[in-house]
Amino acid sequence: MLILVAGADPLKAYGVMFSGPVSSEFGITETLVRATPLLLVGLGIVISFRAGILNIGGEGQILMGAVAASAVALYFSHWPAVLLFPVVFLVGCVAGGIWGGIAGWLKARLAVNEILSTVMLNSIALQLYTYLIRGPLIDPQELAYGTGVPQTAMVPQHIWLPRLIPGTRLHVGFILAIILAAIVYIFLWRTTIGYRMRAVGAGPEASRYGGIKVEFYLVLAMALSGALAGLAGTVEVLGVHHRSLESLSAGYGFSGIVAALFGRLHPLGAIPASILMGALILGADMMQRSVRVPAAIVMAIQGLVILFVVSSDLIMRKPELLQRFWCRRGAARSKSTGEGGAKA
Amino acid sequence: MGDAVISQGLLVGIMATGIRLATPFLLAAIGEMFVQRSGVFNLGVEGIMLLGAFMAFFVTLQTGNYYLGILVSLAVGALLGALMGVVSITFKAEQGISGIGLYMIGWGLSGLLFRLYLGFITTIEGLRPLKIPILGDIPYIGAILFQHNWLVYLAYILVPVSWIVLYKTPWGLKVRAVGTTPEAADTLGISVDSIRYQCLILGGMLAGLAGAFLTVGQANMFADNITAGRGFIAVALVYFGRWSPLGILAGSLLFSIASSFQLWVQVLGIKVPYEMAVILPYVITIIALAVSFGRVWAPAALGKPYERGTRG
Repeated sequence: MLILVAGADPLKAYGVMFSGPVSSEFGITETLVRATPLLLVGLGIVISFRAGILNIGGEGQILMGAVAASAVALYFSHWPAVLLFPVVFLVGCVAGGIWGGIAGWLKARLAVNEILSTVMLNSIALQLYTYLIRGPLIDPQELAYGTGVPQTAMVPQHIWLPRLIPGTRLHVGFILAIILAAIVYIFLWRTTIGYRMRAVGAGPEASRYGGIKVEFYLVLAMALSGALAGLAGTVEVLGVHHRSLESLSAGYGFSGIVAALFGRLHPLGAIPASILMGALILGADMMQRSVRVPAAIVMAIQGLVILFVVSSDLIMRKPELLQRFWCRRGAARSKSTGEGGAKA
Repeated sequence: MGDAVISQGLLVGIMATGIRLATPFLLAAIGEMFVQRSGVFNLGVEGIMLLGAFMAFFVTLQTGNYYLGILVSLAVGALLGALMGVVSITFKAEQGISGIGLYMIGWGLSGLLFRLYLGFITTIEGLRPLKIPILGDIPYIGAILFQHNWLVYLAYILVPVSWIVLYKTPWGLKVRAVGTTPEAADTLGISVDSIRYQCLILGGMLAGLAGAFLTVGQANMFADNITAGRGFIAVALVYFGRWSPLGILAGSLLFSIASSFQLWVQVLGIKVPYEMAVILPYVITIIALAVSFGRVWAPAALGKPYERGTRG
């Protein structure tokens, strides 16, 4: 329907959009390239939503992670890869985590609506990011040649993420994201911290009664969520662009929300959901090139997807009911056995 | 001596700009105030503003008639407000997320339509300033307060009007009742859903109008993401203003002055990177949210879908 508005042949447009991403090696690998940051951000969204705090700040956290990772990678570029690699990753995660943690702290301590604060932090991050890649961190070559394209210099080649298939842009970040999905699943459902986090999301009052430090888990959930988004930014820098540039995050922060919702707020469900979203984004890009339908259409489609997903009771209500059940059991158990007994 | 005259002129210009910049905040925030007073949290204001801004601009460009453009933006706002109603009232969806959905729809659609039908930045004539006789001739004050276009005056008139509507009319009483104790309102025969729909549509129209002001009444052009987070700031202003028109007025003025900060910086000759100056309103928003101690003043049923036969 939207494509008809665009005045193009919808059949042809859909043809390109749906066949493009799956019909060639290029299509498949590029889909996965786009799915990687989506999955990482989506996993963070899953954590935050499960803890009952909505992280809309993925966009800002990606940028902070990317720019911090780039800055460290460039500053310590003479370090050997064994040392530099983990440091860069850590810094990227911490930067995103701090950016998310601020919103969590504001919510926990001062009851600031986290949706509003993360949106504001997005805008602040975007300005900071633009300032850094235009000013202090700009590629010296851009200045030397007088082109002034706002981007940082290339990060040292020895810490680039290896490509999975030579000649394509698919890198090991994708594998990393899949592994992290499993880790997040284990974390949320098989550890005490994860269990308590979900309990806070299901019923903060009951959790507090059950002896769970609600504020602490709110901040922790947001920090973890932000760290995953920061990691997404780092992976984009090390795996795809090899530098921080202006359009680094093409709405991944928002698309990650869609992927998480589509994956029923489940870490493993987020894997197929983000691949689907990756295909959708790539399909729209290809459609834009072949039948001249602007890719902005994807944002509108994703918005509609969100409305549909949140409208359908089955997806949103069922996990909540389940959580409430868990929470009641947890509260009862921790009452009888004290703090340590609250294990799922 | 000459310097003093120039800087006085600049100061008047900055103040006048500050008054004018408050307009979109006022329009959108007062609309959102009614929405939240009725118990719905509509985060899609930014999206509605974007689409309203584009439609007003596009229709004005095509027809040369900005009244028609503004009318269309009102209609688009009402439509999107109703859509939010379907999702959040009828389907009882999580409002924070559906608001983000609405935002993405508005963002995507305005970008899509812009690229399809224009593809480049054009300008239109836009609304002309309307100088109020006598008052507009008062030195300094006249130039600051009484030489704007009519949308600016409308936004300020809306402050007392919305106060009267909210506190002194039966409809306003219903809105407040639905937002605090929907069960009691339901018992008294007030249709909770109907009042909430009405507020969402009203709020949508005002958000659409706020968007229209940006293109038809201020910038005279449309660019991608022209709202630049103003819709979200408007939602934050409702919290900051503690759900009252006067509070919203105070907040809007504070923020518009923060937005014209760049001008101040230029006048004072301070060298601050452009991006740092742009950050200020957002930082102030967060601080303002932090000090306004949110929930205490909020309508009790805010953000909670109402279902008959269940307790809050």
